[in-house]
Amino acid sequence: MSEFPAELRYAPSHEWARVEDEGVVAVGISDHAQDALGDVVYVELPEVGQDVEAGEEAAVVESVKAASDIYAPVSGTIVAVNTLLEDAPETVNQDPYGDGWFFRIQSRDDAELDALLDAQTYAEHCESESP
Amino acid sequence: MPFIPHTAAEVDAMLDAIGAESIEQLFDEIPSQLRAGELRTVPEARSEMAMLRLMGERARKDQLQLCFLGAGCYDHHIPSAVWDITQRGEFLTAYTPYQAEASQGTLQLIYEYQSMMTALTALDVSNASVYDGASGLAEAVLMAVRANRKNKSRRVLMAETVHPLYRQTVATIVRNQGIALDSLPMTASGVVDPAALNGHAEPPVALVVQQPNFFGLLEQVDELTDWAAAHDVLVIAVVNPTSLAILKPPGQWGEGGADIACGDGQPLGIPMASGGPSFGFICCRQAFVRQLPGRIIGRTEDLDGRTGFTLTLQAREQHIRRAKATSNICTNQGLLVTAGTIYLSLLGPAGLEGVAGQCHRRTAQLASAAVTLPGVTERFAGPFFHERVLALPCEAEPVAEKLAARGILAGLPLGDYFPELSRCLLVCGTEKHSDEDIERYVTELGAALSSTEAVA
Repeated sequence: MSEFPAELRYAPSHEWARVEDEGVVAVGISDHAQDALGDVVYVELPEVGQDVEAGEEAAVVESVKAASDIYAPVSGTIVAVNTLLEDAPETVNQDPYGDGWFFRIQSRDDAELDALLDAQTYAEHCESESP
Repeated sequence: MPFIPHTAAEVDAMLDAIGAESIEQLFDEIPSQLRAGELRTVPEARSEMAMLRLMGERARKDQLQLCFLGAGCYDHHIPSAVWDITQRGEFLTAYTPYQAEASQGTLQLIYEYQSMMTALTALDVSNASVYDGASGLAEAVLMAVRANRKNKSRRVLMAETVHPLYRQTVATIVRNQGIALDSLPMTASGVVDPAALNGHAEPPVALVVQQPNFFGLLEQVDELTDWAAAHDVLVIAVVNPTSLAILKPPGQWGEGGADIACGDGQPLGIPMASGGPSFGFICCRQAFVRQLPGRIIGRTEDLDGRTGFTLTLQAREQHIRRAKATSNICTNQGLLVTAGTIYLSLLGPAGLEGVAGQCHRRTAQLASAAVTLPGVTERFAGPFFHERVLALPCEAEPVAEKLAARGILAGLPLGDYFPELSRCLLVCGTEKHSDEDIERYVTELGAALSSTEAVA
């Protein structure tokens, strides 16, 4: 059973967003996503300082069987990337909402967060996607 | 796995099932400017009988006994054991090793090949080979553009002394990918000048250097590599694998070494065969392994802890990454790599060094003997390996034709590639040449020159 922490926002493309201080948003992939991907072997992260638009690819996560684009849930500038994932990509599987975070964005527009799903809606979305 | 073609009726039934009008319609999403169009220079198909007859006629025209031509394809001795082993059914008919459990022999051989190539180039990883040296260089260029995240210019600087056919191939392949190729011009000495690098406004993504260069001359690879490192420019080395037994390998160029090394494996036990097939090798630093195109074989352990081999890092490849794959290549030159690996195994490092040494000795001997003829000089001074440019007192092409009529491939007339060098011949000595061969070359060259008008 996948977890869907209530305090996070989610994109239909399976990224989660955590609002932190001063407009910084942390981003990772959900428990449902890491489970579907299988063992993560590599994460290609954006550059710090890079600008991203909501809905645009910002990273790539690679497992033994697939490579998936990770989309920025909000627009802004990348202020931090999780370098831990370079040597320990499996952290994404083990702790997707904590140490398995991908990057942090200095967001520009608070309204974009409202467009994201809450935990309940996202959980239903995952249900409907399952075969 | 047998190949069974479809009948016209089966094709119609399939098109009907998916609601398509024709096979052509399935390619609708490819923009018209990217389509190849009609292949106007490809002749009509022939029957097996007609084709064998044509090939027989062509084969009978091969009268040449002595080859002094190099320029990317070399006449080396191939120990008989190489093709004896390579043509064994297990190697000759082995299928693609996607099923690791059924392909350990093939996979181990390719792993050994990769290990040998990294040893030769002094770099960290190698792929399982690509089509040939020229397309391998194109792939290396594409790889460098992807891998160099600090430089978004999409401009690659290519030394003018890289093999002209390799440069043409790279231009063809990168043309539709928005990558610009700039040329680092050669000086009157036939090499590129590291000092000229600072003249470029914006550093390129990568610098391509061939060693030895197309003329057989040695470039200042340490200076070029150090400049590149200081400017966040990746270095792509184009090298002859035989030369690596004697010359400094790319991984040891400059302070930090080249980033990617590529070239053609033909010198390693592959017959010249009118220009093909052969294989291309690509090696790189560990940091770029995920950008390496083609297959990569890895060594691992099975559930019982026994060593085994398998295709690895497959998420780079088309069948997983699709449009974002590192390349459209998802194959390798299996049979030629088998021959190359067996050649290297039989020779070993000492044997390869012996071959390289002989090649250099014979080339130097050939050049020294040729310049005893009136009007013949060595066109470029400076250190060289394996090949030499001779300047004749007349146009080189008619001279080469006369020698060909006498059963000697005299070398490559350079006029087609470098108009200012139309009196020049690129010659190559290998371990196969004897003193008598070289004497005969000089005698015949002398005769050809006497009967050709000297140019003022």
